[in-house]
Amino acid sequence: MSDEWPLWEVFVRARRGLSHVHVGSLHAPDAVMAVRNARDVYTRRGEGVSIWVVPSAAVTASSPDEKDAFFDPAADKVYRHPTFYEVPAEAKHL
Amino acid sequence: MSGDTTSERSGWRSAAEPSVERVRSGARPGDVSGLVEYTLRLGDDALILSQRLGEWITRAPQLEEDVALANIALDLLGQARSLLTYAGEAEGAGRDEDALAYWRDERDFRNVLLVERPNGDFAETMARQLWFTSYQYELYDRLRASADPTLAAVAAKAVKEVAYHRDHAAQWVLRLGDGTDESRRRMQGGLAAVAPYVDELFDPDGVTGGLGAVAVDPAALREPSERHVDGVLDRAGLERPPEPAHVARGGRRGLHTEVMGYLLAEMQHLHRSHEGASW
Amino acid sequence: MAASDERDDAFHAIIDADGRIEPRDDMPDAYRRSLVRQMAQHAHSEIIGMQPEGNWISRAPSLRRKAILLAKVQDEAGHGLYLYAAAETLGVSRDELLERLHSGKQKYSSIFNYPTLTWADIGAIGWLVDGAAITNQVPLTRCSYGPYARAMVRICKEESFHQRQGFEALLALTRGTAAQRAMAQDALDRWWYPSLAMFGPPDTPSQERTATHTEQSMRWGIKRFTNDELRQKFVDMTAPQADVLGLRIPDDELRWNDERGHYDFSDPDFDELFRVISGDGPCNEQRMAHRVSAHADGAWVREAASAYAAKHATAQQEQVPA
Repeated sequence: MSDEWPLWEVFVRARRGLSHVHVGSLHAPDAVMAVRNARDVYTRRGEGVSIWVVPSAAVTASSPDEKDAFFDPAADKVYRHPTFYEVPAEAKHL
Repeated sequence: MSGDTTSERSGWRSAAEPSVERVRSGARPGDVSGLVEYTLRLGDDALILSQRLGEWITRAPQLEEDVALANIALDLLGQARSLLTYAGEAEGAGRDEDALAYWRDERDFRNVLLVERPNGDFAETMARQLWFTSYQYELYDRLRASADPTLAAVAAKAVKEVAYHRDHAAQWVLRLGDGTDESRRRMQGGLAAVAPYVDELFDPDGVTGGLGAVAVDPAALREPSERHVDGVLDRAGLERPPEPAHVARGGRRGLHTEVMGYLLAEMQHLHRSHEGASW
Repeated sequence: MAASDERDDAFHAIIDADGRIEPRDDMPDAYRRSLVRQMAQHAHSEIIGMQPEGNWISRAPSLRRKAILLAKVQDEAGHGLYLYAAAETLGVSRDELLERLHSGKQKYSSIFNYPTLTWADIGAIGWLVDGAAITNQVPLTRCSYGPYARAMVRICKEESFHQRQGFEALLALTRGTAAQRAMAQDALDRWWYPSLAMFGPPDTPSQERTATHTEQSMRWGIKRFTNDELRQKFVDMTAPQADVLGLRIPDDELRWNDERGHYDFSDPDFDELFRVISGDGPCNEQRMAHRVSAHADGAWVREAASAYAAKHATAQQEQVPA
């Protein structure tokens, strides 16, 4: 329905030093109310020190149809991982 | 009609009449009754408004707002519990928060009439919230410097809560004032409905006067509170309602409006039906 | 068609590996419909469930109990909200779901069509109804649909206090005066069978009715245990707790069965369950009328906020540093 308040995605930073993490969504008429509703709904138990809200409609997501093309090619690049390389045990701090 | 209309009437004064009355306590230095009286006022304001806001739960315009109003009611209830507990301790007669909340009669409640007003529609509730939070914010902001360390501590915690409540009210008044024609009409109506109950917030009397640096002079809160309210009304394109024909006061002396009896009957009935029971 | 078979295969491969389906994945229509129905019904139950408990906020017998109850009812609003949001990931709006609730097309848990007549009912709801809900919900944290499972993780974490506060409230009554003890027993007498009925109809097709959705839901990993398994789990958990409270569960057949390693107990009256679900409960009309009028009364507020947002669309970009 067109007159329904839009949906917002809510991201909460649990503690200083951590990234904002997606915690859920809610409805709000605008950004100012969305961030307040997010505070009331998602940090009732002291779960956060900072909140982001993003209109759900503004999120561009990768498509499941492109899943193989997007993510499979990264699966065989073993040389990107440190465990790929063999170094003598006596070489420290590598 | 109540049989005793004279005493009922004495709670209502015109705006021009002086409101100052030396309350029974007549707070003298070293006399705790002034402190008890003052703490009860703060606690009763929070308790009764919390009771009213709790009535919104399951009736809010949107689920998110049920959660928001419950948060505010819970903050106020927390303030009330700290304050009533402290009032009981200061009194020294062994009354705890529940004894004070459930076993006092209407005449012994010290809240302003504004907070006992029925919720009305959402606009009227927001009008009440705008005035009360503006007042309470300025009050707690100053009470942090109270000479009484317990009151100062309660205020330091509560002022953060009330800053949020005040913002919540302001955000809604903006949206209702500058929303649709209907919401503007209702918001204007809400402001007019609570207008007679605003002045009482700022009445000084013997209790606040006698407590010196322990209490905050209510009269000093009028200017900053009005400035905040006016700022919000301005931004919302709302008009300050005309001066009410009569100004209602009396809550600080235990002279309440007729709705108060029903509020207390509901709140106290169960507790009083089981004297001495614990819950 | 080959393409749709391939998609179904991908879906089933994830389900078979006990993986999680995410919103934009291909999924069979029936799976999507079943999830929307279940999540919506769950969300409706949370918000209708606010009413019987909200009924006592103004009368709570101590300020401590008042704060607890207010926080609990508030949590339920939050939980309804999480669940509507989870359902919305499948492309249905909250307004549509509320419309289905208000028009009676979708149901909510039958338990909330019973009245809360005394304060002890608040304790009984926390202990029994939340206890039953938790028994139902804990397996849902492993549900195959990601957003539902995640909502349930959050809800279960938050609800852990709900059952304990109910038990504690009842304990205060049973350790209290004779009148308080009688109030507690009366509440248990009234809430016991409706709580057992919360797990739904029996698994074995006695008469014509069966647990219609169970089998398919279990194959899809939406449901992990059958109705009767969950009911048994609940009775096994609850019966010893009643002993701690010193209350008597109103069932003469209730006794420990060593052989089965479970309690034997009497089933609830499933005819009553079906009657209440279909509208013939003590509070169906009242609950719906309350819900519908709250929504209608709030319409002008929601419209005002939308109108304001439209007017100020560009003005209120709050800057957020990353």
